[in-house]
Amino acid sequence: MTALRVVAAVVVALVIQGLLTRVLGAPSMRVDFGLVAVVWIALRFGRVPGLLGGTLVGLGQDALGGGVLGLAGLAKCVAGFATGVTGTQFIVTQTLPRFLVFLGATLLCAVVFVGLSMLLGLRVSSQPYLDVSIQGVSNAAIGVLVFKLVELSPGARDRWRARRERRQKRRYH
Amino acid sequence: MALPDTRHRARYLFIAVVVAHILLISAQVASRSGPPLLQAGLMSALTAAQRAAWGTVAGVRSVWEGYAYLRGVYEDNQRLSRENAQLRVLLQQERANARGTEEFRSLLGLRTRTPWTTAAAEVVAGSVSPDYQSVVLDKGRQDGVQPNMAVINTVGVVGRVVRVSGRTAVAQLVIDRNAAAACVIARTGAQGIVLGNGDLSLRMEYLSATAEMERGDQVVTAGTDRVYPRGLLVGVVEHVERNGPAFRVVIVRPAVDFSQLASVLVVLAPAPRADDGQVAK
Repeated sequence: MTALRVVAAVVVALVIQGLLTRVLGAPSMRVDFGLVAVVWIALRFGRVPGLLGGTLVGLGQDALGGGVLGLAGLAKCVAGFATGVTGTQFIVTQTLPRFLVFLGATLLCAVVFVGLSMLLGLRVSSQPYLDVSIQGVSNAAIGVLVFKLVELSPGARDRWRARRERRQKRRYH
Repeated sequence: MALPDTRHRARYLFIAVVVAHILLISAQVASRSGPPLLQAGLMSALTAAQRAAWGTVAGVRSVWEGYAYLRGVYEDNQRLSRENAQLRVLLQQERANARGTEEFRSLLGLRTRTPWTTAAAEVVAGSVSPDYQSVVLDKGRQDGVQPNMAVINTVGVVGRVVRVSGRTAVAQLVIDRNAAAACVIARTGAQGIVLGNGDLSLRMEYLSATAEMERGDQVVTAGTDRVYPRGLLVGVVEHVERNGPAFRVVIVRPAVDFSQLASVLVVLAPAPRADDGQVAK
């Protein structure tokens, strides 16, 4: 079941990213929904699902982005594993710690990606610090929001069921 | 032999996955092509989901545009009819001019340019990562699309095909950080390489310091890279900078609006050779 959820989260993240850049016409969008999904998986399910989710997201991004296969895969799997370890060592349930975890994961992912790109002789951003900062804050904001929505959703479902039951009871009485 | 401790299994798995990634990257660096099976499998699975998602969005969009925007259709129709009539007149004039040009060409013994064979494709998904600038097209190997084919639209150069599966293809946009195209300044013929910046701008490098250029000059493809046909518009010179004593760097504004990319053309015929005298429009 966990494996299914991980794969579903990966596919949803990549489809949302592709659709948003297509529909909104924003090729320079800085949010990385794939990394948001990886951090969410790692914090929700642990380091091994984080590692495998990161690998899937990264390889998917490499395949659909036209880059060297494994470049983003390695960066995302390291970020996923490190986030999973962080999630087991520290309490990451409040907004600020989560924000920092997303920020840290973005930084780690960028360091591995840029480092590997430089090793392979690929071109990297001319202003990496600014790019990573913007991406980190964007990812963290979206990530915290995703966590809030996911946490609210079971409660919302329960409230909706309760309302429906009340309505049915009123109808019968 | 005893199984490793549960606490250590995750570490061993991590090391195994990292080593597998390094081997995967090394294999591509050595052979300059990815493992086809893994690539094809990943692309087919993910692009199928993207096609389905885009199909749903496009369907909803078309219903919305078909019904909700019916207001003002009569006025639009009238205006378009008038425009159509004017364009028909212009087309007649252009045909007459073309016939005249053709006669001159035959008189001078020049070869007629063979039009490129193209396939129209729709963009079904945008970039899936901020690190790459690419689009997924709804045409693939079954439609004759192959890697390294040029992707253009009515304005100019969009990019080139980098990965192909049965029914989809991935095109690297010319604004991608790792995209490059051999180009010339149309007015002066100064040659250079146009590189993507990873955002919505381009830069032209390896231009001689003595080359003549100014703001507003058009940058077109040179046709020497065997990917892009000669003469396609890439962008317009926006800013010229010096890059050491021997070279200049030019900031180029792309001709194509990458935020409005909906449909493109894939040039299926091989790019013309630089020395065969063909001139692209």
